[in-house]
Formats: sequence, structure tokens, C-alpha cells
Amino acid sequence: MQPQEKLVFKPSEVLVDRPTHYCPGCQHGTAHRIVAECLEELGLAENAVCIGSIGCSVFIYNYLKVDAVEAPHGRAPAVATGAKRARPDKFVFAYQGDGDLASIGLAEIMHAANRGERISIIFVNNTVYGMTGGQMAPTTMIGQATTTCPAGRCEDKEGMPMKMAEIISQLGGTAYCARVAVNNVGNIAKAKKAVKKAFEVQLNGQGFGFVEFLATCPTNWKMTPIDANKRIEEEMIPYFPLGVFKDRTAEEE
Amino acid sequence: MTKTAPERIFVKGNEAVAHGALAAGCRCFFGYPITPQNEIPEFMSKALPEAGGEFVQAESEVAAANMLLGAAACGIRAMTSSSSPGISLKQEAISYMAGSQLPAVLVNMSRGGPGLGDIGPSQGDYYQSTRGGGHGDYRLLVIAPATCQEAYDLIIEAFDLAFKYKNPVMILGDAILGQMKEPVTCWKPEGHNDHAESWQLDGCKGRDPRLIKSLFLEEGALAEHNLVLQAKYEAMKAEVRYETFECDDAELVVVAFGSIGRIVKSTVRSLRARGHKVGLFRPITLYPFPSEALAELAAQGKRFLTIEHNLGQMVDDVRLAVRKHGDSDFHAQMPGTLPNPDDFEKPILERLGGK
Repeated sequence: MQPQEKLVFKPSEVLVDRPTHYCPGCQHGTAHRIVAECLEELGLAENAVCIGSIGCSVFIYNYLKVDAVEAPHGRAPAVATGAKRARPDKFVFAYQGDGDLASIGLAEIMHAANRGERISIIFVNNTVYGMTGGQMAPTTMIGQATTTCPAGRCEDKEGMPMKMAEIISQLGGTAYCARVAVNNVGNIAKAKKAVKKAFEVQLNGQGFGFVEFLATCPTNWKMTPIDANKRIEEEMIPYFPLGVFKDRTAEEE
Repeated sequence: MTKTAPERIFVKGNEAVAHGALAAGCRCFFGYPITPQNEIPEFMSKALPEAGGEFVQAESEVAAANMLLGAAACGIRAMTSSSSPGISLKQEAISYMAGSQLPAVLVNMSRGGPGLGDIGPSQGDYYQSTRGGGHGDYRLLVIAPATCQEAYDLIIEAFDLAFKYKNPVMILGDAILGQMKEPVTCWKPEGHNDHAESWQLDGCKGRDPRLIKSLFLEEGALAEHNLVLQAKYEAMKAEVRYETFECDDAELVVVAFGSIGRIVKSTVRSLRARGHKVGLFRPITLYPFPSEALAELAAQGKRFLTIEHNLGQMVDDVRLAVRKHGDSDFHAQMPGTLPNPDDFEKPILERLGGK
């Protein structure tokens, strides 16, 4: 007699069943899954417009069953602004990496947040330009070697890594802003809660929602996936603290 | 197209463009201030919210053009306007919109360049407008009005053409057109069918998700995409437009577009009154360029003089058009200046006498 099977987990309906193109140990997949689950649980997938950006994560549109448009490098918040202004009844979100959001797209992200655009931004910070081969990002840690700072990032020459969640939280139109990590089960649960909240502030018309994910890039960090995950805990979280930096819903309660 | 509710207004060219866009059903405008086109965003900031639309003063021209991209992907009639240095910044999104086959209207009230140049009128953006302007192989439909009335009429058509071809359309004016004031008869198109339901992003309820992109990585996929685009640019040639004035018995045909075309028309009229056999050929669409019509005139043995408010750009297209039968002389009106009809008498008479 077969033991009775109990289904304890099934993939989100919003996720496409396909092999991943991401490298082993990359956490974009986990972030995608969290986004997909939140879209599904809030019933948003069939009313959503997704803005893909540039870099490894441009292919988010291959993994989510939602309408999507591709934005030029850094411009996803502007494209999202245009989409939301054109169709205020749609749920509009963008998915950006650190080179995209914190370097070339710094003006777009800050002004979209400051205007309080009713959009949601998922920001994946892995401290490096991934797709182009591991160059220095605005979030690269001091001492971290990349292909364009081979001796390690130096504060005197290249400045300090930018803390985007802290910066975005200061802007008037931001309704929700948090930094999360997906390096362990507890943090994954918190990450999902944060994404849901960021989506809800859009749905409630409260303002701009922003969630920064700390994530691994084992290939460009030249680490095993396990060591890369350890780096999140030991190096990144101490400099990029996790937590909620702004929550207008809590202020209003 | 039927015309209803005629209303006569006295406005600047910039305002004529804005009134026309509103009449055409434009519901989103994304702009950034730059002289000499500021009356367009200023008008839109008031008129669009009143019409139930959205106006955003973007943080930069780059952002404004990318907002346009986002609105276009949602199937909405949207536009942006700027002047030369600002249009250069918008080229990033224009290339992406062309690659993604998105309909959008862009207005360039151009000024003197290169660089910051000056705020005087110029036609120095002809190459940029008609050769793509951004990276990659693409074309815009480029329309060059010469009067405030034309500015009103042609922007209405620009929206229709943008959706017909799913391609960005540029209205190329200059500081003269933008800043001069004329009476304009307003009219409203009676409805329009943009056929956007088949491709716009509006949530995937009841259908497969849609993807609008310009990235094609699979072997051969980009080549195939570019062939589709090129076929579209060929098909656009059906939209060619031009004005001819006193060309039938002309020995010399002056080719000039936009504001310069209009000023040269006065010169031609004046020279005709004195018995000189000169005519005007004014391209209204710069892409598609009216090459066939020019070739026909060339086949009749006419000679050509191209006059532009730049150092020689459209003259390349004129020469390509007439090359089987002849050539075109060129006279440069220096960018940033404000010419009057008398300024063109000497160069025209020199060519007329020089056969």
C-alpha cells in the first residue's frame, strides 16, 4: 500500500515552468518566486504590467506570467511612471539590479520615489554588474575586487557603497521602503512580507513602494554558492542592515 | 476625416501643436523645459488634467522619453516635445521604441547647434531626424510643418500614423514655427481606431501574457526582426507628402522644407512677379522623402537649388533623388539666424542666370 501523499508546497501559478538561465547559487530565482507568490496571493497577475530592466534580471519576463515591457538601462522607474500614468488601474512594478538602479538610473529611481508614483520597485543588490562580467557597481563593498577595481574598491577613489534603501526612504513620496535578504528561511519569509507590503501601498494609492534584496552572485564573486550565502550574512548585512526604513501604513495606523 | 466644430484661434506654433495633440486624443504628455518649445508643456500641464489625462514634468529628457515608452506600451496616445539638445537625450528611448514597435509622437522645435548652440531657429537636426538618430537601423516618420495651421493639422495625423505603423513619429519644426503667431482653424477628428487591443499591455486576463521588447538573442532572431522593420519603413513610403508651387514651367526648382520652405515661397512669388521662371518644391514628409516626385521634375530637365537652415543635410536626399538626370546646388542659411525672403533672392538669381 502506497503511503498517503500530502502536498505541502506547490510552485506559484504565476511562475513559468522552465529551466533557469541564472547561474548556480544565484538568488534572482528566489526573488522571482517571492514576486510571483505575492502577485498570485494578491490576485494581481492578470492586471499587472511588469517593467523589465537591463542585466541578468531583464529575463524576468521569461519567468512570470504577466504582461511586460523592456526598459533601457536604468530607466525602468520612468517607463513604469509612463505605464502607470497611462493606465492608473493597472498594477505596475519593475525589477532592477544595482548597476541599473543605483548607477545609471539613480535620477529615475529617486524622482519616481519623490513623486510618489504608485509603482513598486524590486531592487536586487548583489554588489556587482553581473551580466556584463563582474564590474564594479555603486554597491560594491570596500575591498571587494571586481574586473574594474581589481585591487578592491577603495573609498578614496571610488567612494562608499550606496545604501539605496536608506536613500529612498528619505524621499517624500515613498510609502514603504525595506531591505531584505534571502540567505535563510527566516529572511525569505520576511522578504515576502516586505514585497507584499510594497505591493499593497500601490494598491491602496499610498505612494511608492521599494524593496531592496541583498542577493548572491557566486560567479562574479568567484565563490561557491555556500560561501556566497555566508558573505551575505558576514559582510553585506553589517553594512546594509536589514529592516523596514519607512512604512506609511504603520504611521497611519 | 470629417471636420467638426470649427473654431478660430490665434496662437503660437507651439500652442497650435499642443491644441492639435489634444484634439487628436493625446492623453499623456511627458516633458522637460527647453527653449524654444516651452509653450507646449506649459499648455499641456493645464489642458491635459482638465481633459482627464496626465502631465508629468520629468526629471530629464531621458526620463520623459522613457515615460513615453511606458505609456506607449499601454496603447495610449502619448507625446513628448523638446528642442535639439533635448531631442539628443531622447534618442535612447526613441531607438528602443522603434525596436519595440511602439507608437509615439515626438515634437522637435529645433534650435541652432551643435552642442548648446543658441535658441535661434535652425534645421540642423535633419540628419538626426531622418537617419534614425539613435543606435541601430531604424527610421521615424518625420513630418515638417511650415505654418501654425499645418502644425495643428499634421500632429493630428502624426498620431494616426504612429498607431498605423506602430512606430515613433516626429514633428520637426523650428524656433520660427514654434514662436510665430497665426490664426488656426481648429477641428477635431471624429474618433479614431488605433487597433491597440491586439498588442497593448493591459494585464493578461483571459489571454497569454504579452511582451514588448527589443532584445533578440537567438541566432537569426534579430535579423528577422530587422527585416520586419525594414519592410515597414518601405511601406511608410505610401505616406509621402510635399507641396509644389510654380513648378510647371520653372527652370529652377528651389527645394526647401519647414519654415525655410515657407519663406522661400515668398521669394519665389516675388521673383515670379518679375518674370523669373522659378518654383518651390517643399517636402512635407522628410521620411519618407518625396524622391519620386523630385525625380520626375528632374526628368523634365529642371535644375535644382536646395536651401536649408543648416550647412547642407537634406541636399544629400535631393541629390540622391535627382541623380539620374542632374544635380542640386546648395545654399546654406546659417543656423541660428532669422532669414527673410529677400535673403534668398541673390542665391536664387545666381543659379537662374548660371545655366
